[in-house]
Amino acid sequence: MMTTNLTLKKPFELNWKRILFWGSICALSQVFICLVGLPSELNRRILIESTLSLGYLFILWVPLLFGYVVSKIVKLEGIENPKQGAADLLSGALTGLLGSLGLVLLMLGIDNLDMRDPLINWNPKLFRLLTFENSISFGSLVWIPVGVGLGTVGASLHQMSSQIRKMTAYAMFGLFSFAVLEDVIGDLSEGFRLEWLSDMIYAKKGGMTVTSTIVLAIVLALLPLLVQGKFKKTVDRYRSEAKPEDKRRNSVVLFSIVAVLVLVLPWFLGRIVNELLANVGLFLLLALGLNIVVGLAGLLDLGYVAFFAVGGYTTAVLTSPNSPWFSPETHFGISLLVVVVMATLAGLLIGAPVIRMRGDYLAIVTLGFGEIIRLLFLSDWLKPYLGGSQGITNIPAIDLGPWEVRGADPRSVFYMVLAFCVLAIYVSWRLQGSRLGRSWMAIREDESVAEVMGINIVNSKLMAFVVGAVLASFSGAVLAAKVGSVFPKSFEILVSIIILVVVIVGGMGSITGVMVGSLVLIGILGGPRQPGLLQEFQNFKLLIYGALLVFMMLKRPEGLVPTARRTRELHQEEYLQDAWLGDDESEDREEVGEQL
Amino acid sequence: MTETALLEFRSVNTHYGAVHILKDVDLAIYPGEMVCLLGGNASGKSTTLKTLLGMVTPTSGEVLLDGEVVNDKPTSYRVINGVTMVPENRRLFKRLTVKENLELGAYLRDDSEGIEEDLENIYELFPRVKERLSQKAGTLSGGEQQMVAIGRALMSRPRVLLMDEPSMGLAPALVQQNFELIQQIHEEGMAIFMVEQNANMALSIADRGWVLQTGRVVLDDTAEALLSNPELRSSYLGES
Repeated sequence: MMTTNLTLKKPFELNWKRILFWGSICALSQVFICLVGLPSELNRRILIESTLSLGYLFILWVPLLFGYVVSKIVKLEGIENPKQGAADLLSGALTGLLGSLGLVLLMLGIDNLDMRDPLINWNPKLFRLLTFENSISFGSLVWIPVGVGLGTVGASLHQMSSQIRKMTAYAMFGLFSFAVLEDVIGDLSEGFRLEWLSDMIYAKKGGMTVTSTIVLAIVLALLPLLVQGKFKKTVDRYRSEAKPEDKRRNSVVLFSIVAVLVLVLPWFLGRIVNELLANVGLFLLLALGLNIVVGLAGLLDLGYVAFFAVGGYTTAVLTSPNSPWFSPETHFGISLLVVVVMATLAGLLIGAPVIRMRGDYLAIVTLGFGEIIRLLFLSDWLKPYLGGSQGITNIPAIDLGPWEVRGADPRSVFYMVLAFCVLAIYVSWRLQGSRLGRSWMAIREDESVAEVMGINIVNSKLMAFVVGAVLASFSGAVLAAKVGSVFPKSFEILVSIIILVVVIVGGMGSITGVMVGSLVLIGILGGPRQPGLLQEFQNFKLLIYGALLVFMMLKRPEGLVPTARRTRELHQEEYLQDAWLGDDESEDREEVGEQL
Repeated sequence: MTETALLEFRSVNTHYGAVHILKDVDLAIYPGEMVCLLGGNASGKSTTLKTLLGMVTPTSGEVLLDGEVVNDKPTSYRVINGVTMVPENRRLFKRLTVKENLELGAYLRDDSEGIEEDLENIYELFPRVKERLSQKAGTLSGGEQQMVAIGRALMSRPRVLLMDEPSMGLAPALVQQNFELIQQIHEEGMAIFMVEQNANMALSIADRGWVLQTGRVVLDDTAEALLSNPELRSSYLGES
């Protein structure tokens, strides 16, 4: 590749258009965050004792981010890139300044106009927060230098050496995790009898102490120096040098270690984390089922919650003494068999009429079916049988001889869910490579051609619905026993959507992706009715889900842990371009050109 | 002819909703011959193929496979009995690997040894396909995709290959190559039923041909006769 001495801009010239653009976005984001209520709501959550609350942090990271973005340069091949320097720092500072001006305008607005009617957070509370319980001029005097400073810091990230950048990143993310995960770390240290450690880090009234913050920052920043290089080198060396049989043996060992950890760890974890893991498991079960329907067979089912509900209600009717119409009070095991039958029937019932529909139509119709099932459970018509809006309560714990699985003991629920998840993962994994799995993938790719191959479209699709339905119904059954009651309200459309987001964010069609997705989303943010690790965000969960979904679709549509297949497809154009650049055969070049 | 036709239409009529598509169509494809069906847009060519494969059921008339009426038999039955299609524009399963595409061609077979053998035959026929086995089909070039599409069809061990517009969407140089390939497969004894817009090229390698116009067969003759038919020349071969 020839290198010319073209420069894109003179050494010291500001790209005003870019600064104005990102500066306005920065200002808008800050105002938006304020008006959504994040700072007011989260101000009580102290991160660092008497210094920083989570509420303020939400305003502060914005100029940092946009300062970083505005000074980012796309490196172009064949053109010498200008050295980044003072001009870029200034761009960052100006972006931060524009952001702060947004906040100043907001303060002036709240002071002079009354817009509380549509915007409930347009109120004195936010005003006091922004002015630090002082005057507007005082607030401006604080925010402007802070914005400028953070914008500059954001921009300067590009100019640090990669080593220092890595250290900064470690310190920042590490501190953030320590501060936000206070409850969990407290819970964990209790389990491991390390209370003294958490006592040292956190202040009595919540939040980290200033001293521990500084110490931790230094420790975390030094961490990459000690670990990173060596670890990566070892992994690389292992990848390239180890013999295949060694690798196989080692992965078996690794797998066993992970398995043992998963089995043993709950004994060291407190209630909060165990409860959380049980929830993650319940949603993982749902997501694995939906992954088969959407990820493998390509059937966009938006009414998936219906099967979850069928599992829950079947268990409730069969095991609870409070079931209004028919209460055999059977054992959970027996009810589980009925659950499988009911889920299969539900899968066929919902699947059969929609089997000829494709894409959008399928999504809309299944959405309708999901709601119909919930409304049936809610209806007065079925109230004598299923309890209507009062639901069915008093579902007994699962009696497993020496053990008992009940909601009050989240550890037992975790083990129960784990068993079902292992089953679901095994089933998904086996199905992927099977004839049935092949036929699903073929249908997903091209239904008509799959039919030409002799695949029975109707049977294959119905099988996908049924397998998905059974997995979801298991999750519903365990949920019923865990919570001890079922209500139509637990099976809202939102559940379907959140599971779909888990599958999409994790990586469609990839089992590992779905596991990571449910761990990240359900575990950290929380499910539709379950709090996650970050309980503070309970009210903003859907906002964050939405933002995350948009971000993922734009930047990483293949999901967090994609299958190689998805990545290929979504970045195919880049691949073809690479092929074109890399291949010298003129014939190939022609063909690729034709493809594009 | 005394021989039973491999595939046959006896005054077949089809409808899409109330619209009459094929009108009393008679066709016959005999083992080992190469025939082509010509016709302009919306003349019923694709419907003919779909009816042969059982994806469209005729409203009247009979579709016969080896002399047996198969009107109500599903597509899978016809695939098992040696009918396969190479779809228009190749339509590979783009996100699956080349190998997976080929294996899906043999979806209805369970003789793993035979499948292995056929895979080897295809590698021999298309050495380039063998090099790309683990690549996603969507990343192949147009010519390679055509090879995989034909290979995928051959994997079901067909006796007759239905080809929907095999030259569509290929660069001119590849069209020629593609027809040579079809001829080569034909010479090994495969019956081929080709639907084409490129009438000149198709007739130059076919034994017989039909011309379809708004769902009706208007010409039915040997390829040579069709090539010299003045009416056809004016309407399809672009000569005045």
